Amino acid sequence: MSKIVATAAIRGANKIAKECEAFLNKAIKEKGKNQKVEFPETAFYLPMAYALLGAEVKTLGDMIPILEHVKGLLHEEPSEKLWLPYLGDALDSGVATLLAEEIIVALRYLYGQEPQPDCIGFFTDTILRTLGIQLVDGRMPGFAAILGAAKDNKTAVEIVREFQKRNILCFVGSSSNGKSIIDQLKEENVNMGWENYIVPYGRDTITGIYPLHWAIRGALTFGGHKKGEALKCLKYCKKRIFAFGLTLGPIDDVKYATGAGAINMGFPIIADTDIPEIRPTGICTYEHLVKQLDYKKIVSTCIEIRGVKVKVSEIPIPVAYSAAFEGERVRREQMYAQFGGKYSTAFEYVRTKGLNEVEDNKIEVIGPDIDSIPEGGAAPLGILVEVAGRKMQKDFEPILERQVHSFLNEAMGLFHMGQRNMCWMRVSKDAFKKGLRLRHFGVILHARLHDTFGAIVDKAQVTIYTKQEDVDKVMKEALKAYNERDERLAGMTDESVDTFYSCTLCQSFAPNHLCIVKPERLGLCGAYTWLDARASFELNPTGPNQPIKKGEVLDPERGEWKGVNDFVYMRSNKTLEKFHGYSIMTYPETSCGCFECIIAILPEANGFMIVNREYAGMTPCGMKFSTLAGSVGGGAQTPGFMGVGRLYIVSHKFIAADGGLKRLVWMPKELKEALGDKLKKRCQEEGMPDLIDKIADETVATTSEELLAHLKKVKHPVMEMAPVM
Amino acid sequence: MPENRSIDPASVDALKKAKAENIETVWDRYDAMQPQCGFGELGICCRICNMGPCRIDPFGEGPQEGVCGANADTIVARNLARMIAAGAAAHSDHGRDVANTLILAAEGKTDAYKVKDIQKLRRIAEEYGINTSGKDDSKIALEVGKAALVEFGQQEGELKFAKRAPQKRQELWRKLGIMPRGIDREIVEMMHRTTMGVDNDYKNIIGQGMRTSLTDGWGGSMIATELQDILFGSPKPIRANVNMGNLREDEVNIIVHGHEPTLSDVVVAASRDPELLELAKKYGAKGINLGGICCTASEILMRHGIPVTGNFLQQELAVITGAVDLMMVDVQCIMPSLSNITKCYHTKLVTTSPKCKIPNVTHVEFHEEKAYETAKEILRMGIENFKNRKKNAIQIPSNTKGFIAGFTAETAFNILGGRYRSTYRPLNDAIISGRLRGAAGVVGCCNPNIKHDWAHLTMIKELIKNDVLVVTTGCSAIAAAKVGLLDPEEGKRFAGRGLQEICEAVGIPPVLHLGSCVDNSRILIVLSNVVKEGGLGDDLSDLPVAGAAPEWMSEKAVAIGFYVVASGVFTIFGTPQPVLGSKNVTRYLCDDLEKIVGGKYAFEADPVKAARLMIEHMNKKRAALKLAPVMYEEGSLKKEKVAISA
Repeated sequence: MSKIVATAAIRGANKIAKECEAFLNKAIKEKGKNQKVEFPETAFYLPMAYALLGAEVKTLGDMIPILEHVKGLLHEEPSEKLWLPYLGDALDSGVATLLAEEIIVALRYLYGQEPQPDCIGFFTDTILRTLGIQLVDGRMPGFAAILGAAKDNKTAVEIVREFQKRNILCFVGSSSNGKSIIDQLKEENVNMGWENYIVPYGRDTITGIYPLHWAIRGALTFGGHKKGEALKCLKYCKKRIFAFGLTLGPIDDVKYATGAGAINMGFPIIADTDIPEIRPTGICTYEHLVKQLDYKKIVSTCIEIRGVKVKVSEIPIPVAYSAAFEGERVRREQMYAQFGGKYSTAFEYVRTKGLNEVEDNKIEVIGPDIDSIPEGGAAPLGILVEVAGRKMQKDFEPILERQVHSFLNEAMGLFHMGQRNMCWMRVSKDAFKKGLRLRHFGVILHARLHDTFGAIVDKAQVTIYTKQEDVDKVMKEALKAYNERDERLAGMTDESVDTFYSCTLCQSFAPNHLCIVKPERLGLCGAYTWLDARASFELNPTGPNQPIKKGEVLDPERGEWKGVNDFVYMRSNKTLEKFHGYSIMTYPETSCGCFECIIAILPEANGFMIVNREYAGMTPCGMKFSTLAGSVGGGAQTPGFMGVGRLYIVSHKFIAADGGLKRLVWMPKELKEALGDKLKKRCQEEGMPDLIDKIADETVATTSEELLAHLKKVKHPVMEMAPVM
Repeated sequence: MPENRSIDPASVDALKKAKAENIETVWDRYDAMQPQCGFGELGICCRICNMGPCRIDPFGEGPQEGVCGANADTIVARNLARMIAAGAAAHSDHGRDVANTLILAAEGKTDAYKVKDIQKLRRIAEEYGINTSGKDDSKIALEVGKAALVEFGQQEGELKFAKRAPQKRQELWRKLGIMPRGIDREIVEMMHRTTMGVDNDYKNIIGQGMRTSLTDGWGGSMIATELQDILFGSPKPIRANVNMGNLREDEVNIIVHGHEPTLSDVVVAASRDPELLELAKKYGAKGINLGGICCTASEILMRHGIPVTGNFLQQELAVITGAVDLMMVDVQCIMPSLSNITKCYHTKLVTTSPKCKIPNVTHVEFHEEKAYETAKEILRMGIENFKNRKKNAIQIPSNTKGFIAGFTAETAFNILGGRYRSTYRPLNDAIISGRLRGAAGVVGCCNPNIKHDWAHLTMIKELIKNDVLVVTTGCSAIAAAKVGLLDPEEGKRFAGRGLQEICEAVGIPPVLHLGSCVDNSRILIVLSNVVKEGGLGDDLSDLPVAGAAPEWMSEKAVAIGFYVVASGVFTIFGTPQPVLGSKNVTRYLCDDLEKIVGGKYAFEADPVKAARLMIEHMNKKRAALKLAPVMYEEGSLKKEKVAISA
């Protein structure tokens, strides 16, 4: 830490601490020590204080000891001559700054001053969990916290576009010289928001705490670290969260102080101004503070300094290509042409062929291209992908095919929705003007199939049909294949196979957790079915999905197998003895943190409720999803509570040992609707077609009392079932 | 010529004054002693039994065996081993006294001391296997003190602190049979084995010599350091001033000299006693000004920032300024000549340890039970002596320099990473990345056989210029402080670019003061922490580090040298140890040992050449670790290297 930087950081920390103290005193004076304070939708109170100090700050009074701790971390500025070592002091000041900034923004929430206009403000736990998965699967290689304003709007846009291209999430905010990058992007009509990977957090540096205490929650949620395990949490961030700060414009004391806080987390700072650098390494993985005055190089400097692993597959198409564009929509007025949806026939189909039947990189468009479609018009489209590979299996087809959606979507100006023969694609005017044609669809698919499935795909060729008769003809074959697949999946039961698959993908964050993926119980993240896990094992035999021979059946009701138990004991690092695959009450399967839904016992209702991640409201158990999530994750067995994937709800094995679907008393309306016909079908199979209506939702009950009244009124089956406990 | 004797201008001034006043100093006596005994220098005279004295003819013409038949190898090895035993005894007896003081404090038998670093007390208690739950601090302190004493009398087993060494090192010591069992036991056995007619195998003798030295570094010295931290507080980075310019014309100047902080730490407190300050005023002095010499200075410097008056060769010179009202001494490195010199001035000399008396010198015996009273009594004598100053005989050199001290193995964690990320990682990274070539410990005494401070400073400058981080203790540290090497701003100018970057990043000088000579044990802990941090091998001998004592004189230096070598570190002594009379022993120390313990000796009086040897060694270790090349290799070094080898 150069002395100038350390001095500024120490000074900045003192300033922020003072500001924090004044604000807190004012708040206590006006509202009293018992005034509740909280951030929206989080189970982590003030996350930085929770992670570093183990503090559960619920009231203004609870903030006092945090502030005292902050004061204890403050230091004097290094003397002009004969100074004492300042690196440690500056790092302490950084932590002090983060804790103080967190208090300040929490107080602002109390006074309704946050979020700021056009800004997201506090990032909720839900965002953490959804984007956490993206961090894991590499779709999001890291994030940039940008502070200040670029020298002009054009540069601001260029910088965020460069990050977008590399799928790096950008948090934009703070200001320099009275201007914020948020407003620069706004003036240039840049779409901001989570789906665009450009997230405005606030116009001052203090709000820079949002991305940082969002990151530290990663250590708690995914790292399995406990509150107060400061060093572990900070090192987790350093090791696993590839974040960095980018300052645009002059750096003031508060920015230095906040930067020193970020450095504690292993996040380096890159500046576009001529500042003293700190190149020696040790707290971050690589350099700590680096300048890059050339805007053309600034993004690559950031990536290099943080060691972000970006897989830029240079796909030769005329438009930008990156996961950042996955969420981008092409609106009707921006659209040049479209395929499928309700406007024309369209399908996509991946099938396996012999190695000698496929010519790699052969891309053929049969029929007229986009040029011949009048602007705003629609045309039929059939995409036939034929792959061959020594390790390719028919079972992998749907896995590959499912990726067509994201592969195509990631091209800028190309919109894709749905799957199979229910797909819908749009090409924007911009993209068309830049030269995007149907042939490029093939180019993208070919490149991405190799990139993503290189282990099984040796060759791939793409044929694109645009004449109605061709589309109809090939689609017949596709429909036949779709049906076969459904039957195979539908007909598959846990009893029909002798091997399950493990999923230990999340052991990097929850070291003792593992999923047992069965045909009738998919992974709790919802992303891994038994077929997927099997395919994944084929793709990567030493990977996270390992076959488990079921072995001797120990308890068919509760779903206990000797082979599974042995595996669980070994791979949970000897912390778990057994799993009951079909029970939530005895030896339930564990959860990492990525679950789509949580099942929770409601003893007074003699049943269970289930809540999905997207539902932010209150539930009859008195806890919101975010709070529940805190008690379910981390790989511990907690009878009565369990994380599951959505589709498990409509499985025949859904908590079968505890009464199955009939025990379900409450679920959010949205979840009920999403499961739709599948849930109806299951209710019929249970012999109670009206069960679906007896299951309450938030429109009927959000408290235990309301729920009980409802259950009585509709005569829900739980009323007559044996006691759940 | 005074200018030839020291490169320190303050010392040169005082020497000029001495000459003018016809005062004889250590340099004069050194000159008078020339030529010094060649047999002694080569280590080949033996007066262990009454059949002798015997001496071996180094030219091969006269006797090659003593009366008993002992050859040069045996005689040299025995003499050397006895030096190790004496040095280890000195440090260890110091450690024993600290343990006793801790016990007395814990028992409430003295109110001058109490546990100042409770965290460290608990940490050490844990290391000693003491159950601390539910016990109050004094109970724990009592048990720690007693457990430390056990280390001295222990007959079997292993020293507790030896377990701080990397696993591989411990295993090697066990394999070689040199893992120390008990401190006193190894020293006694060393004396036994070197008496007439016992151990005659020089390798076997040196083996036990290494074991004895380990009882010092990983035993007595380490106990002294750790328990002093508990009793007097663990040092933290601190500012202070050095050199004789710190003596005050208008204040009572009290010099503490020797090695133990037990009394001097209380003197620091007593010097602020209002009663004594009042008394000083009564005698016309503005206050009481403390200063230290040798390691007592370093002890109270590290914990209180008390100015350092000078190093070993400055003890007489301080008196010669005529401004020292009282010099209080404890143990070790105290020249008997002080008795005569102080008589030439008004300076009152007071011995305080029952172990160290000088004929015709006032003895005020120090006992912990009445430490504060004793301290006050001595200070009062100094104050009352203020009036006896001979105004025209006072000549205080103007030289003084600010510097930073207070670095320890523990503070390094926070200095490098703050409270939340406390770590050695930046240090390891600095070496791995090649910003630092490595690290060197430059330590030890000063000696009139080489220009005062010159070898220390020349060596240190050569090392830091080549991106070697230097840690220093004792008289070497005082030498470095005097020229600004311990000042982060001034020191940096002498450093290579890589080292400069590290100094700027952390805010440290390129040379770090780790304390007194028992605090060399801190260096062992630092090195063990570096190994533990990872990325630089799994034993101390893998590290690109080296040690040196360029101006050594004391037997303690020999003990230190051996425990550093036995810990796996290449070590250079300026003038040779008295071993050159045996080719076998010399080869064993300077060559064979490397294959056995990983460390070895070199004797090189030219400090630049010595520094180059250390650099070469670091380069060799870097290559073995497959580290990146040094980041900013100086072109000049490359060229010069060619010149040297040619």
